Amino acid sequence: MWHDAMLVAGKDLRLEVRSRVALNQIVPFALLVLVLFAFALDPDRGLLERATPGLYWVAVLFSGLLALQRAFTVEAADGNRDALRLSGLDPAGIFLGKAMAVGVQLLVLEVLLGIGVAVLYTTQFAGWPLLLATVGVATVGIAAAGTLYGVLAAGLRVRETLLPLLLLPVLAPVLIGSTRAFEAALAGAPAEGWPWVGLLAVFAVLYILAGVLGFGPLLEES
Amino acid sequence: MTSMWVYVIAAWVLVLGGLGGYALSVVSRGKRLSRQVPSEDRRWS
Amino acid sequence: MTTQSNATTSRPGGATAPEAGPTSTGSKATRALGILALAAVALLVLLGLWWTPADVIQNESVRILYVHVPAATLAYLGCFLTSLGSLMYLWKKSRWWELVGYAAAEIAAIFTAVTLVTGMLWGRPTWGVFWVWDARLTSTAMLMLLLLGYLAVRRLPADYHVRAQRASIIGLLLVPNVIIVRQSVQWWRTLHQEASLFADGPGATIEGIMLFTLVFGFVTFQLIFAWLLVHRFRLAWLEEQVAGQGLTAAIAERRAEGRSASGAAPAPIAPPPAVPSELVHRASTTGPEVAS
Repeated sequence: MWHDAMLVAGKDLRLEVRSRVALNQIVPFALLVLVLFAFALDPDRGLLERATPGLYWVAVLFSGLLALQRAFTVEAADGNRDALRLSGLDPAGIFLGKAMAVGVQLLVLEVLLGIGVAVLYTTQFAGWPLLLATVGVATVGIAAAGTLYGVLAAGLRVRETLLPLLLLPVLAPVLIGSTRAFEAALAGAPAEGWPWVGLLAVFAVLYILAGVLGFGPLLEES
Repeated sequence: MTSMWVYVIAAWVLVLGGLGGYALSVVSRGKRLSRQVPSEDRRWS
Repeated sequence: MTTQSNATTSRPGGATAPEAGPTSTGSKATRALGILALAAVALLVLLGLWWTPADVIQNESVRILYVHVPAATLAYLGCFLTSLGSLMYLWKKSRWWELVGYAAAEIAAIFTAVTLVTGMLWGRPTWGVFWVWDARLTSTAMLMLLLLGYLAVRRLPADYHVRAQRASIIGLLLVPNVIIVRQSVQWWRTLHQEASLFADGPGATIEGIMLFTLVFGFVTFQLIFAWLLVHRFRLAWLEEQVAGQGLTAAIAERRAEGRSASGAAPAPIAPPPAVPSELVHRASTTGPEVAS
């Protein structure tokens, strides 16, 4: 299973390194979102500073959605889905591999957005252990849930419009949890943030389990 | 108190009207479709 | 008392339909159930709008809760049935359970919409605004969105197995999602402001005829739910039958076309490979299904 996962993740990441779609299109989009937030919320009145954790995670979610769309458009072309099914790879491995590739891209995105927030919104980061733990579990959760719902919407003519409808309500707890944890960390009260990390971890475990168990039937039947 | 009655009446009208309308639509769709299905496939009737 | 007339005018559709004869989703049992539900609705209208007194604290607006609370409870029951049906489909490949899950999801969406609307109409006179970011209201809205996602997938124009398989995974995750969303929304709200105004439950302090009306509201809504579930299930069954028929007819037509084309002069189009791969795939998966 892990061997297969590494193969699939390696394939996806190689694809990204060669095509640079995420780097050339999704990262600029994410930064654009940060600029748009500044236009929408007057930066002189302190609104932007107070809302930074929430804006950061909304930007992560929206640009992560693009990365997920991309991860499954890649599979939609040239009957790749059938090829994956016939490859004899363990479906659970395929799921973990795709989720890992998405997760790695999300992490890069989060780091760049973090730098963007620090520069553009002059955020003073504090409470590093909590920040890093939040980023870690939230990324795993988003990648696992996103991969599962991504494959649910994949191969359908309506996938671009369907995926946000399916995924964003499901990711609502991740947005709430990670935003509150970030707020707690930045406010210097990490004790309030750790329960949220626990919630995010439960979410991540649930979706990894669902993906590992559910990916096989999904690949087979359609 | 009349203002409160407005909300109460509106709520009940919407609930009963909504459920009734939905029930009507289910029944009418059922009638239309059951004409196209042979009766041995409609085991309830 | 305009509601009463509304109740009685909107209802006959539900009641007269089963009498229309054999070509409907009705049967003897559902007719009895429907009449029972109608009688219960009539009694509930009398109880809720007339016989019960106004509440000491909430005044007349308490009357909204007689329909709001039962609707909310049954919306959650519908979600549970959807998850159960999805589980049984994924586990036992039970088509019956899958259709139960689908029917329950649609009815749950209707009941959730009813819950939201009545909640807002209750909130306006009570809190002064239609919407507050109360934990219950917010999680009910999220529940609505989750249900809409399930229904969107279940209604995709695709082969039955594709729809059912994908919708069932979403349906199975519905209950865990609802639990996580509720939990997170509750923490989110309780961290930032005092507990919601509903905190000890709207039914916690009432007694006598008001309590009876609330309990009777549960009974009435259960009857409505059961009636709707049976009819919606049969409708879903009919929908699948008709979709299957359409497909068999289309396949037969294509076959006839192909035969006549190959029988005639050398056709410029090569029939079998020209058919979109999706169609071939659909035909291969529904073939045995239709035959059985």
